[in-house]
Amino acid sequence: MLTQLKEEILSGSAEEYLHKIFERIERSRLNAFTTLARESALEAAREFDARPWKGALAGIPIAIKDNICTKGIETTCSSRILRGFVPPYDAHVIERLKAEGAIIMGKTNMDEFAMGTSTETSCFGPTRNPWDLERVPGGSSGGSAAAVAAGEAPCALGSDTGGSVRCPASFCGIVGLKPTYGLVSRYGLIAYANSLEQIGPLTKTVEDAALLLDVIGGHDPRDSTSVASEKNYLNSIFGDVRGTRIGVPQEYFGEGVDPGVERAVWDAISVLEGLGASWKMISLPHTKYALPAYYIIAMSEASSNLARFDGLRYGLRVGEDRDWHTTFSEIRAMGFGKETKRRILLGTYALSAGYYGRYYLKALKVRTLIRRDFEHALKEVDIIASPTMPFPAFRIGERITDPLSLYMSDVFTVPINLAGIPAISLPCGFSDGLPVGLQLMSRPFEEGLLLRVANAYEKATPYHLRSPEVV
Amino acid sequence: MDDVIIGLEIHVQLNKLRSKMFCGCSTSYHDAPPNTHTCPVCLGLPGSLPVLNRRAVEFGIKVALALNCRIAEETMFYRKNYYYPDLPKGFQISQYDYPLATGGHVLIKGDDGQERRIRITRVHMEEDPGRLVHAGTIDKAKYTLVDYNRCGMPLLEVVTEPDLRSPKEARLFLDKLRTILEYLDVFDGNLEGALRVDSNVSLAGGDRVEVKNISSHKGVEKALSYEITRQRNLKRRGIEVVQETRHYDELRGVTVSIRTKEEAHDYRYFPEMDLVPLRIADWVPRIKAELPELPDAKRERFREQYGITDDHAKSLTSEIKVADFYEWVAARSDPKLAAVWIADVLKGELNYRDLTIDSFSRDHMLEIVRMLSEREITDEIAVTLIRTILDRGGSPREIAESMGLKRADDDYVVQAVREAVADSQEAVRDYLSGNARAINYIVGQVMKRTKGRADPSVAHRLVKEEIERQSS
Amino acid sequence: MITIKDVEHISWLASIRISDEEREELVAQFNTILEYFQQMDEVDTEGVEPTYRVVDLANVFRDDLPRESLSQEDALRNAPRREEGYFRSPRIV
Repeated sequence: MLTQLKEEILSGSAEEYLHKIFERIERSRLNAFTTLARESALEAAREFDARPWKGALAGIPIAIKDNICTKGIETTCSSRILRGFVPPYDAHVIERLKAEGAIIMGKTNMDEFAMGTSTETSCFGPTRNPWDLERVPGGSSGGSAAAVAAGEAPCALGSDTGGSVRCPASFCGIVGLKPTYGLVSRYGLIAYANSLEQIGPLTKTVEDAALLLDVIGGHDPRDSTSVASEKNYLNSIFGDVRGTRIGVPQEYFGEGVDPGVERAVWDAISVLEGLGASWKMISLPHTKYALPAYYIIAMSEASSNLARFDGLRYGLRVGEDRDWHTTFSEIRAMGFGKETKRRILLGTYALSAGYYGRYYLKALKVRTLIRRDFEHALKEVDIIASPTMPFPAFRIGERITDPLSLYMSDVFTVPINLAGIPAISLPCGFSDGLPVGLQLMSRPFEEGLLLRVANAYEKATPYHLRSPEVV
Repeated sequence: MDDVIIGLEIHVQLNKLRSKMFCGCSTSYHDAPPNTHTCPVCLGLPGSLPVLNRRAVEFGIKVALALNCRIAEETMFYRKNYYYPDLPKGFQISQYDYPLATGGHVLIKGDDGQERRIRITRVHMEEDPGRLVHAGTIDKAKYTLVDYNRCGMPLLEVVTEPDLRSPKEARLFLDKLRTILEYLDVFDGNLEGALRVDSNVSLAGGDRVEVKNISSHKGVEKALSYEITRQRNLKRRGIEVVQETRHYDELRGVTVSIRTKEEAHDYRYFPEMDLVPLRIADWVPRIKAELPELPDAKRERFREQYGITDDHAKSLTSEIKVADFYEWVAARSDPKLAAVWIADVLKGELNYRDLTIDSFSRDHMLEIVRMLSEREITDEIAVTLIRTILDRGGSPREIAESMGLKRADDDYVVQAVREAVADSQEAVRDYLSGNARAINYIVGQVMKRTKGRADPSVAHRLVKEEIERQSS
Repeated sequence: MITIKDVEHISWLASIRISDEEREELVAQFNTILEYFQQMDEVDTEGVEPTYRVVDLANVFRDDLPRESLSQEDALRNAPRREEGYFRSPRIV
């Protein structure tokens, strides 16, 4: 896709291509974007057309989730409290994209501060699923996923704290990759839960995901948790999967999983078997406890990460100033949405005197057990396969009023973030006309193998070629 | 005062580092306009991440070793969560469990003249908050202005056990700590905010009160004395001292309550996941080997090597610059004479003028000491030279020559003695009738006639000889 | 069980004012959610070390080299209220 597009843009016009997708966005009812960087993008495109530059992404427009800092372009995390914030610096991934010739076309809608599974908690209103406008696109990178699925952007970046790239990829029928923790610099990613999250690509194909990972991955001295890595994912995706051992975790099937989803995922496993891989059932015994552990850790970290939003240095400040504490509490009451407040408050509670051991420390210990589950399993198998989400996209408004039921939909994605391993979601069929995502996981820093297996599956199936009809 | 219990938490700014704790902003902000030494990291802009300054850790280990602490095998950072306008992230990156170092001590001379061992609980690393400028006093200001230039400055927090028994001991401890820090060359104590002190003060049996915002080691004695008097007076009036946090108002010289026990912070410490652990135990031998000679050791060596008194040795080692100055002069002249003139005279003259040793050239001091030991000048002339150099500049020899300040030659003094004795016959009679002190008057007359250029002990001897010659 | 008083205390700690209606709703939600979280109690974590970080890195540093800072204008650009090069904050007490 992207390699082809690059050729088209080079022989045609980057400006024309951009105009075409900006027009499409204007007509769109998806609400995928929070900010369009129309002028700077068109200017870059004109410069490119006049004097084309080289680079892995030369001339390619890209949409960026609105929690990744873009110098000179408003960055809001879809929150009222950050409206008007224009970062004076670019995130590491943005510097890398620009260095490879990509054009930043705009910022995409998301759950406020990436806290959600449906992109309904945005202060800009929900993003709609291009396969069914009454349904959610998944979250929290719902804007990025919907834009790519609907052809409003050729590729996008999202962030994945507990499934926020993979869930919307699954619901929108595209490819979403969460890299190994440490592979992509978080410098410039506005933190929700910093020990869990990674920036990842959302694309139409596995090859495109590999191409983007080559650009954004690698060591950055500004992120102390960043790890040096070889960068040749694009080259490593070709090749067969003969002999690859696939594990199918029993805990990821059965009760609560949509039958259509289960069927599609089992079909996918059969396809991989047909390609020469072997599979067996495995157990990840602590799966059930991943959700509470994840939410306690994420909320605790969030309560601290979001403490900086006080209306003093940037963001919302309204009304007369009173004393510091009152003014600050009022700004935060007005600036944060319901779910964000809920998570900050619960996280504050989990870290507070007398509860730290019972909630936060306990969750970190459970995290150890979950990590061990994966370590053990990935000694016996090379790849673990499961559904990304237990069900396809649900209706807008269906779950948002019941926070706990919304949390529970992350059951198959959060264990991966707790363990820090890489995982990819790719289209593997439909259930009642809605896309279903296949989730593949691998050992840390084995994105090469992960992408190769994913690519082999994609090449053997037609699902990635289908686009929603609404466009 | 033996019912007084004081523990200190000292914040030491490692201002000899070139860049801040977690970002590349320069540490030389002291004379800069507000908010000109900040970046996304120290401003806490969304998305920014900290990266630790390696040299800050080396400095921390240096200090901890000098305070006789054990360095941790593994140490890590925590977030201390609280809200305040000077704290741009809503938390301070600090240490909690697994601090850099624990279990040290410092020796000071206590009130009773006995050596006292003040135990150090821990030494840990953290970042400095920004600076608030209140429009008026903290409790009356309409609004507050914030400057983040200081934000992210590398700090060491040194925590003592409650081993101090008086405000004076607290000051002596801080003087000693400051001396050690300057010896280690990690810290310039003359910069504003370089050393800041919080203290825990209680009277035996009473609740503990935390006094914050003591901004200089000079203010500590005053602040603690005020707080102790306050607690004593409460006790006398039958009112119980309650556990609380008080703020020291330097201008008014009082402490004011800012938080009661009920309002105490819940800092919700938890590990800072944006930083990774430090395993630095293997740095210790190298840093230990590079430690300079510390004040106590230097004092001991000065006494032995130069044969000077303990008081002189203590005075000369209380500042590293003075110690270096002394050693340079002592190596080239009479060390005992140099000790007297630097410790007793030069330091006093500098203090009087609020100057540091940097204001006096060691070459000049060496020249003066040499002139003294070669009896070219008298003590009085030497004092005049030091004062003149400090007040007007110039070199000792130039000044001595231009002002005619040379030791008088013997013939000249003998002449002056003859004249003085001849003109003081009444005093001569008194002396001969047994009043030994009458001779002092005549010596005074000799000094007057020679304008101080005679050596008083020589004049004394000559006067005595002249009287004896006359009366025989 | 979380009480109204707990929620008030948490809201004070987190510096987020909550309205009376919110308070009621939060008490109910927090109890449901925390009850769900408490299923972790079933897990035996005796002797299990907590996982703080999933990357096994240590000793990551930068050199003590000063770099250029933001200009005062850029530092203050996003500030809603400022005065003479300072950020303007509400009074402390």
